[in-house]
Amino acid sequence: MAQLQHKVIVGLEIHVQLCTKSKMFCGCAVEFGAEPNSRVCPVCLGMPGVLPVMNKQAYEYSVLTAMALDCRIPTFTKWDRKSYYYPDLPKNYQISQYDLPLGENGFIEIPLESGRTKRIGITRAHLEEDAGKNLHTAGNFSQVDLNRTGTPLLEIVTEPDMNSGAEVRALAVELQRMVRFLGVSEADMQKGHMRFEPNINLAILKDGVEYRTSIVEIKNLNSFRALERSVNHEEHRQLDEFLDTGKVMKMGSKTTRGWDDEREVTVLQREKEEAHDYRYFPEPDLMPVKLAPRWLDDIRSHMCELPLKRQMRYVEQYKLSDYDAGVLTAERSTADFFDEAVEAGGEPKRVCNILAQTGLRKANEKGCSIAQLGVQAIDVAKLAQEIETGRINASSAKTIFEEIVKLKANVFSRATVEDPLTVQRIAEQLNLIQKSDAGELEAIVDQIIAENPKAVEDVTSGGKKSKKAKGFLLGQVMQKTKGQANPKVVSEILAKKLG
Amino acid sequence: MEQLSAKELRDRIAAGQTSSVEATMAVFERIRQFEPTIGAYISTCEEKALEAAADVDKRIVAGEPVGQLAGVPVAVKDNMCTTFGATTCASRILENFHAPYNATVVDKLLAADAVIVGKANMDEFAMGSSTENSGLKQTVNPWDTSRVPGGSSGGAAAAVAGGLCFAALGSDTGGSIRQPASFCGVVGLKPTYGRVSRFGLVAYGSSLDQIGPITQTLADTALVLNVIAGHDPADSTSVNEAMAAACDYLEELEEPVEKLKIAIVPEYTAGADESVQRALSDAIEVYKKLGAEITEIDMPHLDYATAAYYVIATAEASSNLARYDGVHYGHRTQSPKDYVEVYSKSRAEAFGQEVKRRIMLGTYALSSGYYDAYYLKALKVRNLIRGDFTSAFEKYDCIIMPVAPTTAFKIGEKTDDPLQMYLSDIYTIGANLAGIPGISIPCGFDEDNLPVGLQILAPAFGEEKLLRIARMFEKETDWHKRTPPIV
Repeated sequence: MAQLQHKVIVGLEIHVQLCTKSKMFCGCAVEFGAEPNSRVCPVCLGMPGVLPVMNKQAYEYSVLTAMALDCRIPTFTKWDRKSYYYPDLPKNYQISQYDLPLGENGFIEIPLESGRTKRIGITRAHLEEDAGKNLHTAGNFSQVDLNRTGTPLLEIVTEPDMNSGAEVRALAVELQRMVRFLGVSEADMQKGHMRFEPNINLAILKDGVEYRTSIVEIKNLNSFRALERSVNHEEHRQLDEFLDTGKVMKMGSKTTRGWDDEREVTVLQREKEEAHDYRYFPEPDLMPVKLAPRWLDDIRSHMCELPLKRQMRYVEQYKLSDYDAGVLTAERSTADFFDEAVEAGGEPKRVCNILAQTGLRKANEKGCSIAQLGVQAIDVAKLAQEIETGRINASSAKTIFEEIVKLKANVFSRATVEDPLTVQRIAEQLNLIQKSDAGELEAIVDQIIAENPKAVEDVTSGGKKSKKAKGFLLGQVMQKTKGQANPKVVSEILAKKLG
Repeated sequence: MEQLSAKELRDRIAAGQTSSVEATMAVFERIRQFEPTIGAYISTCEEKALEAAADVDKRIVAGEPVGQLAGVPVAVKDNMCTTFGATTCASRILENFHAPYNATVVDKLLAADAVIVGKANMDEFAMGSSTENSGLKQTVNPWDTSRVPGGSSGGAAAAVAGGLCFAALGSDTGGSIRQPASFCGVVGLKPTYGRVSRFGLVAYGSSLDQIGPITQTLADTALVLNVIAGHDPADSTSVNEAMAAACDYLEELEEPVEKLKIAIVPEYTAGADESVQRALSDAIEVYKKLGAEITEIDMPHLDYATAAYYVIATAEASSNLARYDGVHYGHRTQSPKDYVEVYSKSRAEAFGQEVKRRIMLGTYALSSGYYDAYYLKALKVRNLIRGDFTSAFEKYDCIIMPVAPTTAFKIGEKTDDPLQMYLSDIYTIGANLAGIPGISIPCGFDEDNLPVGLQILAPAFGEEKLLRIARMFEKETDWHKRTPPIV
């Protein structure tokens, strides 16, 4: 029996669509779903005589992302033309960056299931323009929609540092969260804002000898699920192929496969990388980009605390669970809101619970961010404090939160909502202040004890039924006080009275 | 009327001594008379021109302000986009192409109230030195109709020489303004790269292309340059005003340059025809008499200019012309069997021989494995040539040399020998590679009564001084006053 071990090796090319208002080299709007060929001009149509003008915002977004990826940022870069003929590329060349990318030699930390992180190398990041779309609708012709032509795309290439489908997915998810935090891309998978092309092969150890399978590139994946599954599928397919045929990597033997999402298999597209010669040369219509120190500083000033770092800080500093910290850092607006509420004096764990259990659910319902619900961070801090002091309980906090959202939805009560005493006022209006006065509660407890001799007996006799009976009595007190009794105080009184 | 320069005409129109309509009608009368022989225009727009002329006249009568070229009939080379008429680049692939926008220079002409009379013939996509590569028509030299007008702006130069307009815009990638100006006995300026916006100029060699005036006199050159020069936000390679502001080139034009220091490069220009050499020596004598100091210098890398040029220009062209594929606009082949055939057949059918040759040359030069040996090497040569000019201009105000090694040659004489044709750009290419301004002014005639041009080269953004140096010569001579026999 042959000794066999294998390891999958994956590197990733990712295209991220930047969320600039206008295209990379002209003033046309970047817009998804518009009438075909309605967001075009002579420049992006590649008409005779037109010239590109660089979108500065796109460049800044790209440099910011490269900084977040810890790339070296050259202060001198240039544009190049990449030539190939395709109907969705009106100039038949794409303006891109070839030998001087705007960022190189970086890395990204990705979270692993074990709770640890792994560092994945970033080979390069460069900016380019997107092509249009060929539409193969019906008949013996195709149509071309050039609305997407010229949309700024940031291409990020990783080192082959990933060793499982799960790791590849983790990187994709982490990158999505990162670019959203930076505000450089909506990273909406449905709209094709992130597209992935993994390069996969295997290192196989057989009888002490290492073999490598040929590299397979899977084209144009646009969901995390397809990305992960295609890598997993390819791992098994390559292993089977090796066991069947013994074929190993040859120079230049890279093949291209596509992902069949229904059958969940990769399908051969090109046996051998066609002798593609893109005939790169420097774009003569654009000046090289020189990043002066002041410009660089200005870009750097838009850097934020990145999501994974922030997630780890929440665990470390606030002792939140990794899960909770992940929930809070899924979106920049949630994390910022959380920080603001904590800053305003809310106890982190309680703030987290309010946001995770009520805020995010509500925001999701309304299809907006937490910050857009109308509840102020100070309100949440206040709610957390009120729970802390026992004046209200968690369920009341939820009621109050929802009440503020309701008030905010009514524009006329806007003024009241911004009142710093909102939480207290609503709590009082809705009678949600807990009764914590031991004297007052004692009288009610006595009454309940008197009314429920059976339960009292179960408690005092100890044994199996005791715990359940205690809960029953507590529930009776809560009912009597319409939920306003502080359960902690009631429990203490019950314990004292019934031993 | 045709005896007037553009500036003189403008001044007369402004003074009410004549009208733009009158001048425009006269131009179209001459076009009717001579265009069948000369063939300078691919298209004309009489109705639109007369409308524009009438508008200018009306405003002048009303005492309203008008632009610098108010009422002057001008021609535009057919590689500059106009929303009126077709913009063909003299290519069958764009024969019916109507641009949806105006080139910046066209907008500037219109804003200056110039009257555009038509689009001038040229070598297809500006590739050529005789206008014989036009895919649409033949232009002849007004001085001798059996000869070429030069190229690629041959139509524009012939139109100015033949009195079919008062001034024209040409484009110059390797001499395409200066050489036809020399062949046709008119003034042609290639400004510094970046001085005039290229937006709307159909690209041939993007890093070399520059638009400039073709006129009868230096005052006209200055006037037209005043209108078209300046930064354009739509052209990233047009120079920022803060770096090198355009100025009023007419203002100091009559001021001679004191202690003028001129360099000549005898070794480099020794190969020119005897008549050309003689005209050059005469010109040197004129400058000497004006007190200029003449020094012989060596430009060691200029010998490689033509080779470097034909690598860089064709490489850029191969990419610039990739868009003419029959998919989005322009000629499309009938019943292709697949999309690849849309490309291959459309291009094979509609591009001319020279265009195909240059696309192939350029494609080869950029191909993987050859890039370093050709394109990269050519860029290095380009830098060395730039360096030669920079060091020359540290000591000298300008360099003078012939525009071309010959005067206008016979139609068909060089069409079968592309290399010979390429060599007619040998003296003009250096300015494009270095990005510096160069001008061609009439400086004599050969034994066949064909005009000879004098080329003056100046440092980048030195147009103001360059025009003054040229004007010193023009004032002393009357070569520019001669008119072709056909006229």
